[in-house]
Amino acid sequence: MERKTKINAEDGKQELVITREFDLPLELLFKAYEDPEIIEQWMGTKVLKLESKKHGSYRFETSDAKGNVAFRANGAIHEFIPNKKITRTFEMEGTPFGVQLEVYEFEQLTDDTSKLNMHVIYESVAQRDQVLKLPFAQGINMAHNRIEDIVSKLK
Amino acid sequence: MNLRRDVFQAIADPTRRAILLLVASQSLTAGAIASNFDTARPTVSKHLQILTECELLSQEQNGREIYYHINAKKMKDIADFIEPFRKMWDNRFNKLESIMKKYKSKK
Repeated sequence: MERKTKINAEDGKQELVITREFDLPLELLFKAYEDPEIIEQWMGTKVLKLESKKHGSYRFETSDAKGNVAFRANGAIHEFIPNKKITRTFEMEGTPFGVQLEVYEFEQLTDDTSKLNMHVIYESVAQRDQVLKLPFAQGINMAHNRIEDIVSKLK
Repeated sequence: MNLRRDVFQAIADPTRRAILLLVASQSLTAGAIASNFDTARPTVSKHLQILTECELLSQEQNGREIYYHINAKKMKDIADFIEPFRKMWDNRFNKLESIMKKYKSKK
């Protein structure tokens, strides 16, 4: 199977690029980043605050299956151009991972397909590599278990 | 085994990354490697020791000289370590895609 999500993380750099092509029109892809209710569904997180505009900010809170808060994340929105671009910071509160700068570029491929280019810049090479190793860590796994819990209840 | 010797910590250092790049093309002695850096010889030796302990470099005795060469398998491990991270995003994006497909059909 073709790998739809590609990650380019060059050795020794403090950045990475995540690209993904979606079987969705550009407007729907962008909506998934703009609408708090939809973000809650696919990110498996609670959106405490989301101001989708320049100088806006956001706060997410992710809980485990038992309802205990696993982590909180927040950031400031520096640029918000509908169907085109979002520039924001992202910080997981109370972790040593620092603040990352995220640049999302949304691109139309055809009427029914679109592409997301996500450029993430970390404070240092060491921090980037720590975050890359995170999927092994508890927080993210708990968020995933939660998604699986929700989905299995829907069945 | 020294658990503090972590491969990712090893490649976090710019001099060590430069050493890996040098040795990637050909096996070299410690002296030949050191001649490429302004850093003091003992410092380069320390870097070589760390890279060897992490199994990124291997030593090979050739006559009176010890040659360092790159351990390709370990380097591949580094390339593979992002796979769980990629999968995590792939799963998230699959979820996004399926939610928005339903959203589209609801309209």
